[in-house]
Amino acid sequence: MRHVFSVRIGPVGFRIGSDWRAPIAQLESLYADYPAPRDGVPDFNVRLFAARPWRRFMRPAVMIGGDFVLPEAAPLPLAQGLLAAEMGMNLQMALGQRRFLLLHASVVERDGRALLMTGISGAGKSTLAALLGARGWRLMGDEFALVDPESGAIHAFPRLVSLKNEAIGVVEAGVPGGRFGPLLAGTPKGDIRHLVPEAAALAAMDKPAEPALILFPRFGFDPAERDVLPSEVFVRLTQASTNYVAIGERGFDALTRIVKTVPARAIDYPDTDSAIAQVEALWAAL
Amino acid sequence: MPDRLYRMERPENLRVAHLDSFTAVYHRNSGITHLITAPAPEILATLGEAGMTFTALRETLASAYELGDLDDAALAARLDELVAAGLVSTA
Amino acid sequence: MGGAVKDGWLLARALRTPGNTLALDSEGWTALIAMARAEQMIGTLAYRLEGLRLPETVARILADARTSAEQGRIAALWEAEAARRALAPLGVPLVLLKGTAFVAARLRAGEGRSIGDLDILVPRTQLDAVEAALLEAGWEWVKPDPYDDAYYRQWMHELPPLIHRERDRMIDVHHTILPLTARIAPDAEGLLAASVEVAPGLFVLSPNDMLVHAAAHLFADGDLAGGMRNLWDVQCLVEQFGTRGLDDRAAHHGLSREVARALRLAAALYGEGTALNAADRLYLRRLTARDGWGRATRPVMRLGFYVRSHWLRMPPAMLARHLWTKWRKAPKS
Repeated sequence: MRHVFSVRIGPVGFRIGSDWRAPIAQLESLYADYPAPRDGVPDFNVRLFAARPWRRFMRPAVMIGGDFVLPEAAPLPLAQGLLAAEMGMNLQMALGQRRFLLLHASVVERDGRALLMTGISGAGKSTLAALLGARGWRLMGDEFALVDPESGAIHAFPRLVSLKNEAIGVVEAGVPGGRFGPLLAGTPKGDIRHLVPEAAALAAMDKPAEPALILFPRFGFDPAERDVLPSEVFVRLTQASTNYVAIGERGFDALTRIVKTVPARAIDYPDTDSAIAQVEALWAAL
Repeated sequence: MPDRLYRMERPENLRVAHLDSFTAVYHRNSGITHLITAPAPEILATLGEAGMTFTALRETLASAYELGDLDDAALAARLDELVAAGLVSTA
Repeated sequence: MGGAVKDGWLLARALRTPGNTLALDSEGWTALIAMARAEQMIGTLAYRLEGLRLPETVARILADARTSAEQGRIAALWEAEAARRALAPLGVPLVLLKGTAFVAARLRAGEGRSIGDLDILVPRTQLDAVEAALLEAGWEWVKPDPYDDAYYRQWMHELPPLIHRERDRMIDVHHTILPLTARIAPDAEGLLAASVEVAPGLFVLSPNDMLVHAAAHLFADGDLAGGMRNLWDVQCLVEQFGTRGLDDRAAHHGLSREVARALRLAAALYGEGTALNAADRLYLRRLTARDGWGRATRPVMRLGFYVRSHWLRMPPAMLARHLWTKWRKAPKS
């Protein structure tokens, strides 16, 4: 691996190797304010490699490898190498994370308490997290909530926020002065652009928070709210977790504690301004 | 079927969390989490470790939990599911 | 030990003499962990290094690997129990193979082992009944491909792979330990007859037969993929049970050469070392072909071994037809 970049995001360290310089250069730039892996030993390795030696130069296609892989994954063009690196890191977490219970959710924090937003793709979790992060909340992550099974606390995992298609414009407008990565057009998921979390969020990445509210947002509907019962939260969170089964009893403890102690609401919202208002109101009413 | 003794899996092998109308049960021997609802939690609580025959179970469920309208076929099906899941064993 | 060794010997030495790892720098640890993961031995390494004063991050990573292995053990034994229940009505004893056998029998070879599929051995005469019972109990075929299926049933030493529809776990039903197309024919009935009950209704092969199986699996059944782990199994079995009667048993199964080679290679990697011949050294080079990222290296060698393993398995006429067929999981890069 000719080019290497190492970084720590919250409690997880990554070593990323690449056959090409370009993705590494982008990572070095966007992750410039992040620390290095503790003790110099990463938790996971990601490799961006050419399937065949000549594919390094001819129609370069980036295969995603690492400690944990999806064998049938299709390669990405070199222009989307940054996306490949991010997907590689997601894959290591999704398949290999065993210390923390992973929930597919975005997390923001205020006053030591965490708000989790979870649900299907396109529901707006990343967008809302990015916008709240610019409105007095600390961004803890937009992809994974890390639940400490022993304490129940949420640990921050503030990766680059991944924004897709329409969300890009919304967040560019809503976070003026935000630091963005390159626009990656024509990816398998459409257009993607990454937002670097604010300096304050990075500085606080080692501060956990107590979960205080779980939201299931749904974009594109008239404003509405309903309570979600613990059993429904339990099912939806296990569906949103890639490692609940793998971590066994600790996962059961962590999840049952959460669903029994943390209130949950489903909210429908027509636009992000409405969502933010609903979020603030629900938070104030806690 | 009438003479078989049904027993709840040993308590140290189960972790039980009552959520609402559903109960979450973690089965240590399999690592599988089950979400069960009436009459399954009542069946487990009734059987206990001592165990019961099918007939005794049906009668106790009817009197203790007002689950009197559970017919034999349905109860047998629920019991089979619990046995397959390892939450109930047959002596 | 520093960062000098950058192939599979780094892992072998760490397993053989755990204390040596205390001299590793962060680059060395990074490479060791990546290699161990690539060889499916991170749990094994974690158990071997338990108790040593390790850098905090390393200790954490290995502690996670231990709990992961423990959870894997629970799931594997539950699969075995499910298979036992499905086959009990047939009166077919459930003989476990490989990883599940090691953990069921609480052998050293099972400590920290990562277990994927459930492997069982049944009498060839009962194969149809076993297949029917498993399908009845919720397992289904992984690959419904008629060509593969016909080939499998006629020539392989196992049924085509089955996966359980609810639990999503695979079961491999073997009726002998080498494909029928191999030029060696182990005594399958003898394996069953000598099996040992380790828990109610759960059997494993006798220790000598486990060693013979490990050797057969390593040389005749694959292109040495997973070889470092396989030889670790051999080393653990030898340390735990010794080798009394092993020569005779190996000869009985027609696997004398393979078993002898397995013992030499295991000793070279993990034990006191021993005299090696030229072929042994080639095998060792192939087995230790990993780099600090856990990638398989020495590609020319790899192809040579891949072709060789198929040569052993199939008469030449079938080889051409079959050379590029992948049976189950794609090989790791």
